[in-house]
Amino acid sequence: MSYTTQTQNSMNEAGEGTGSEFLAFTLGSEEYGIDILRVQEIRGYEPVTRIANAPAFIKGVVNLRGTIIPVVDMRIKLNLGSPTYDQFTVVIILNIEGRVVGMVVDSVSDVTTLSEAQIKPAPEVGTVFDSEYLIGLGTIGERMLILVEIDKLMSSPEMGLMERIAA
Amino acid sequence: MTIDMSQFYKVFFDEADELLAEKEKLLLALDVSNPDSEDLNAIFRAAHSIKGGAATFGFSDITEVTHMLESLLDRIRKGEMALTHDHVDAFLVAKDILSMQMDGHHHGATVDHDAVANVCQRLKALSQGQVEAAAAETPAAETPVAQAAPADAEPVADADGNFHFRIELPEVPQRDVDALATELGLLGAIQQETLPDKRVAFTLTTSEGKDNIIAICSFVLDPDDLKITSAGGQPAAEPVSASKSEDDLGYGFFEPLEPPKDESSASQPASQPAASAGQSASAAPAENKNYGRRATDKEGGQESSSIRVGVEKVDQLINLVGELVITQAMIEQRIGVLDPILHERLLNSASQLARNTRDLQEAVMSIRMMPMDYVFSRFPRMVRDLAGKLGKKVEFITRGAATELDKGLIERIVDPLTHLVRNSVDHGIEMPEKRRSSGKSETGKLTLSAAHQGGNIVIEVTDDGGGLNRDRILDKARQQGLPVSDTMPDSDVWQLIFAPGFSTAEAVTDVSGRGVGMDVVKRNITAMGGSVDIRSLSGSGTTIAISLPLTLAILDGMSVKVGDEVYILPLGYVVESLQPAAVDVKEIAGQGKVVKVREEYLPLIPLYQIFAIEPRCADPSQGILVILESDGKKAALLVDSLVGQQQVVVKNLESNFRKVAGISGATILGDGGVSLILDVAALLRSSRQLNSDPVFF
Repeated sequence: MSYTTQTQNSMNEAGEGTGSEFLAFTLGSEEYGIDILRVQEIRGYEPVTRIANAPAFIKGVVNLRGTIIPVVDMRIKLNLGSPTYDQFTVVIILNIEGRVVGMVVDSVSDVTTLSEAQIKPAPEVGTVFDSEYLIGLGTIGERMLILVEIDKLMSSPEMGLMERIAA
Repeated sequence: MTIDMSQFYKVFFDEADELLAEKEKLLLALDVSNPDSEDLNAIFRAAHSIKGGAATFGFSDITEVTHMLESLLDRIRKGEMALTHDHVDAFLVAKDILSMQMDGHHHGATVDHDAVANVCQRLKALSQGQVEAAAAETPAAETPVAQAAPADAEPVADADGNFHFRIELPEVPQRDVDALATELGLLGAIQQETLPDKRVAFTLTTSEGKDNIIAICSFVLDPDDLKITSAGGQPAAEPVSASKSEDDLGYGFFEPLEPPKDESSASQPASQPAASAGQSASAAPAENKNYGRRATDKEGGQESSSIRVGVEKVDQLINLVGELVITQAMIEQRIGVLDPILHERLLNSASQLARNTRDLQEAVMSIRMMPMDYVFSRFPRMVRDLAGKLGKKVEFITRGAATELDKGLIERIVDPLTHLVRNSVDHGIEMPEKRRSSGKSETGKLTLSAAHQGGNIVIEVTDDGGGLNRDRILDKARQQGLPVSDTMPDSDVWQLIFAPGFSTAEAVTDVSGRGVGMDVVKRNITAMGGSVDIRSLSGSGTTIAISLPLTLAILDGMSVKVGDEVYILPLGYVVESLQPAAVDVKEIAGQGKVVKVREEYLPLIPLYQIFAIEPRCADPSQGILVILESDGKKAALLVDSLVGQQQVVVKNLESNFRKVAGISGATILGDGGVSLILDVAALLRSSRQLNSDPVFF
């Protein structure tokens, strides 16, 4: 079920020299970016096992090759778009501090390299994310990526995914 | 009951080797002027663990050295003594001595008793004469070093950081000499000269160490025949240098050191057809020596019949096999629809695959599971010895020795359990006279038990001794500046004994009393994701319960269905299942429902309500009641239907997620889906709270 992103070319366009690579994905009409090093793999959506009494955005747990991992739906968490589950639904498997979490998004677009100069500080308001969890805004020509500090977001008490944040 | 302890020797030696290596690493990395207290603690713990293990197996000589080492370390750790280079040196020497003693026990190698005595003396001198030791090197402390471990007088580097070595070769063909000269020339400047007896010697100026030179030369000739000296001034052929180079190679340390062969051609009898009588005489010992070494090699070969593999590798293997089984099940499903006559061969192969997969899975699983007996059987001897030493009478009882536990956990539980058992014998059980005067039987009872409980494995060490002394613990805690108050609940007070360096024993014996044990116990168990619980009643005894999560254990489960969801109930809790008559279910105002089962009223726990599931039948008389029992409490769980009974591999939910109320773990079903395992004990304990308390946030 898993498929890879074939996005080598976009890296070259985005800029040469030093920079960080980001995986771009969409939620509703907005485009987001997360540090590619946190991404373990990208998979299709598989039926989950519901966790009783968990908030709606925690869809449940799935078996990822023998490991049980939680799956969160960012669309529900952020009230973006309508959560539909079909063969096009994408789950980004994140590895944060050794913990593996699946994140459901609308779609994954590409991997881009952003240089320091392309990353602007995030405005105080304007996105559904608390600016505490943002790295900044990345601009590539006309595109604008909202860069999310995914480690911080996923380990935040707001998500309730981890009992204690790794010190 | 006699137990062959030797089957566990290997484990001890492996562990001790690891601990020693770790200790050495820490010692070498230690910043003497400003030592990290965590590092000191770690060194101390390593020494303590070796001591504990050695005592278990009755290696009293090792215990002796480690005890002394520990005393000294303890003073440094507590800041009573400043750490100096002398200490570090002494510790390293002691480490070598311990390795030697260990080899002595393991391979039957010779142990240099003088060196052992020397190091003991040195450690003692250091721990007593701390004033002088801190001031300067006392001669008493210096001399033994030179003897204990022939101080490897490292060649002195010149201004450019280069060393000067003189390398004397045995008699070898000119071709080899040329080859060596070229190779060694790569290391630095080389000069060649011919000795009067036609042998060749090199003088090498290089920044490389002696080890590298030996490594290069060993391609061409036996390094033992080499004489390498730092050409700082000493004459080349000094007796010590030969033995020294052997030490460096790890040989000869336990073999009687031969006087260096001034005629090194002895080991090459082939190239000397017409050997004189004197030469053949000197050849004999060299031959013997070679045999001796070959014998040791063989012994090493036998040992490798068991290998130590990282637990994560086994885990990975198990996960992969699990995946394989699921894939195989999928294939079986797909080909099930094929015409058995047309595809006979394919179907045959598939059924063979199924068999092989099953065997593979069983084999892989068996790698990890071991009965607790493996650990428990270590203790009777230790308890007996210890009790004898302390003049106590102890009856040792084990329960649940057949409980299977993951091998990874078994290995890691040994150390903590050893500490706990020793503590119980030393501090818990009182002397016979005292026991008699308090109206107890003279013989104390020490029980070690293991059982599966609520998705955990609980291992308990119970003694019927004096119990913990609350006042003394509180006093001691105050002395150590820990925040305590007189109104603390007992359970919090008991937890204080896990603080590093905490001990209430009056005297430090080599059995226990340093307070390091409990620190280690807690640390090890927390690292395994478990918890330690103490129950104690003054005068009646103490129970220390270690609860370990089932990271990987097989559980007999009963799958039940509620709505569309399937949950697993650990079979151990299930008493029976039944469909009640409508009249047997009674409602108690504000308290939920009860059900009458054979003249007994049991609280009814509707699973659909607790887990907010849309049930197919909310009426108890339509569904199935599973009667569960835990800790003597019974309750009836209402589910829609029973699915079946199966063995499941318990997976930890918390490794990637968090603790979920009412769930003890998860398992992967045959179709690759996940099913949650109910935490029955928690359900019974707090079926009502689960409903009202917000589980999240």
